Amino acid sequence: MKGTTKSIEFLLNWIIKISGYSAIIFVILIFYFLLRAGLPTIGEVSIRNLLSVRWYPIEDYFGLLPLIGGSLIVTIGAALFAIPIGLCTAIYISEVASRRAREILKPLVEALGGIPSVILGFLGILILAPYLRKLLDLPTGLSALTGSILLATIALPTIVSVAEDALDSVPRSYRDGALALGATEWQTIWRVTLPAARSGVLTAIMLGIGRVIGETMAVMMVTGNAAVLPIGLKSLFHPVRTMTATIAAEMGEVAKNSTHYHVLFFIGLILFIISLGINIAASSTMFKQRKRTERILS
Amino acid sequence: MKNTAYIAFIILFILLSGCNKGVKPIPGNTSSPHISTIENIGSDTLVNLALAWAEEYHKLHPNVEISVTGGGSGTGIAALINGTVDIANASREIKPEEIQQAVINGINPEEFIVAKDAIAVIVNPNNPVDQLTIKQLSDIYSGKINNWNEVGGTDSSIVRLSRETNSGTHVFFLDNVIRMRIPGDKTLFAADTLLLPSSEIITAETSDNPNAIGYDGLGYVTPDVKVIAIAPDSTSAYILPSAVSVNKGQYPIARDLYMYTNGKPTGSISDYLSWIMTPEAQGIVTQLGFVPINNP
Repeated sequence: MKGTTKSIEFLLNWIIKISGYSAIIFVILIFYFLLRAGLPTIGEVSIRNLLSVRWYPIEDYFGLLPLIGGSLIVTIGAALFAIPIGLCTAIYISEVASRRAREILKPLVEALGGIPSVILGFLGILILAPYLRKLLDLPTGLSALTGSILLATIALPTIVSVAEDALDSVPRSYRDGALALGATEWQTIWRVTLPAARSGVLTAIMLGIGRVIGETMAVMMVTGNAAVLPIGLKSLFHPVRTMTATIAAEMGEVAKNSTHYHVLFFIGLILFIISLGINIAASSTMFKQRKRTERILS
Repeated sequence: MKNTAYIAFIILFILLSGCNKGVKPIPGNTSSPHISTIENIGSDTLVNLALAWAEEYHKLHPNVEISVTGGGSGTGIAALINGTVDIANASREIKPEEIQQAVINGINPEEFIVAKDAIAVIVNPNNPVDQLTIKQLSDIYSGKINNWNEVGGTDSSIVRLSRETNSGTHVFFLDNVIRMRIPGDKTLFAADTLLLPSSEIITAETSDNPNAIGYDGLGYVTPDVKVIAIAPDSTSAYILPSAVSVNKGQYPIARDLYMYTNGKPTGSISDYLSWIMTPEAQGIVTQLGFVPINNP
């Protein structure tokens, strides 16, 4: 009897352990397959071609710069919308709103995160793009700006709920202390609560940006997908082609192991490295912050 | 130490399982002796027509089920090359390099012309331009003409719309309009051409945006866009696309639509393809705005 219990214990232990490690295994496997399918690009396409500004894969033009630039400008645009709005929403929900308002707002923001991006894309084409074209007198509403606004709505729920958790976990005594010293409510939020929750807020922003750069369907529908190298913020008002939209639009057509196939995986590899970088940056800011607090407390 | 060995073993096991080549199921009429299934993938231009044929044929022969999927001509031909489809639809001819790849995979593409299609050039109904030559179209799409006032319109910039590069319509338009069928011509679409993922999005943007110009199969043209009359050169007459002008060979941007099978088709696939050539099936072609074959 004792033997069976022990072996069940042993088995369960291992199942849990494997589940714990599985995330690492998946990441390693994904990276491995991306490398295997993407690296042949280096041998097949000249670096000059890869660094050119023309993307037209059916005639062997594989310039990646417009695609990388497209992803960057859409992401920057989305961050410009999502970060201020997201932080203000989080501050309102956590610090200002009454209990009742909070109980309504929090689930609603989370419901926003549950809307499939294809539906946002659909609304973007039918409503947002025509509206922006008329409002700003653009040649076409299918532009980086439309994509940025849609992506900001996708990033908002992530930013709001993570930042709100971070603000919530700032001890009550910090606020009480600040108020007792005569600070106004706004001074307390801006000078005490927000800095104390800084690492969590940074993580919220990073996670939001990570969500934006990987988003595909909505951007493919509303950014126009023209592979033009964006130069400056002015390009926000012109069509762009992102890396994710390129992979999604072209993956179905390519013959396996063709050069085009390898280049698409190479783009996947670049995306993977960028989002890995963002995540590492997010966790290292958290780590640094913690060390500093430990120093102060000791 | 022991733990790391275990983990290494598990990782190795999972990695190795990825090495399995996998046995591909044989597609086609093998599911049961009574009901046969035909997989039909490819051109988005053809997808509505293929669906209408499939439904009609299923009514006549309830024991044959035909599943139709779009995705683009390139997608259909890639599926044929990979052996995962019975019939591939294409709005362009299969390319020599695709035939080569098919042969390497043991597939022999067999070609059937199933209908004809005109490519309509569309603009917003508020756009005063209603005729263009092929040369003007080529200059517009290659980026030499950037303002509507250069072709008789208002002073506003031209927004070029196109399908994605996996579309047969895209490739046909590149060869026959932008490059004007000149062999060795390397002109490309202007880099700022909007590549949109579906015909519906092109129609939606054109009907909304007075600066837009787009192109699409005649079957996709809706009443809320304006069709442009096209002339082969500035001395010829401007012709609107229609079944009559395509069959008379007057409309300059028309093409054949294809279905491809692996080798000479047999059984239910062969029966289906012969039925498509009948006047009854070709009647559906006319209803959907395409041009039937073997029409006087």
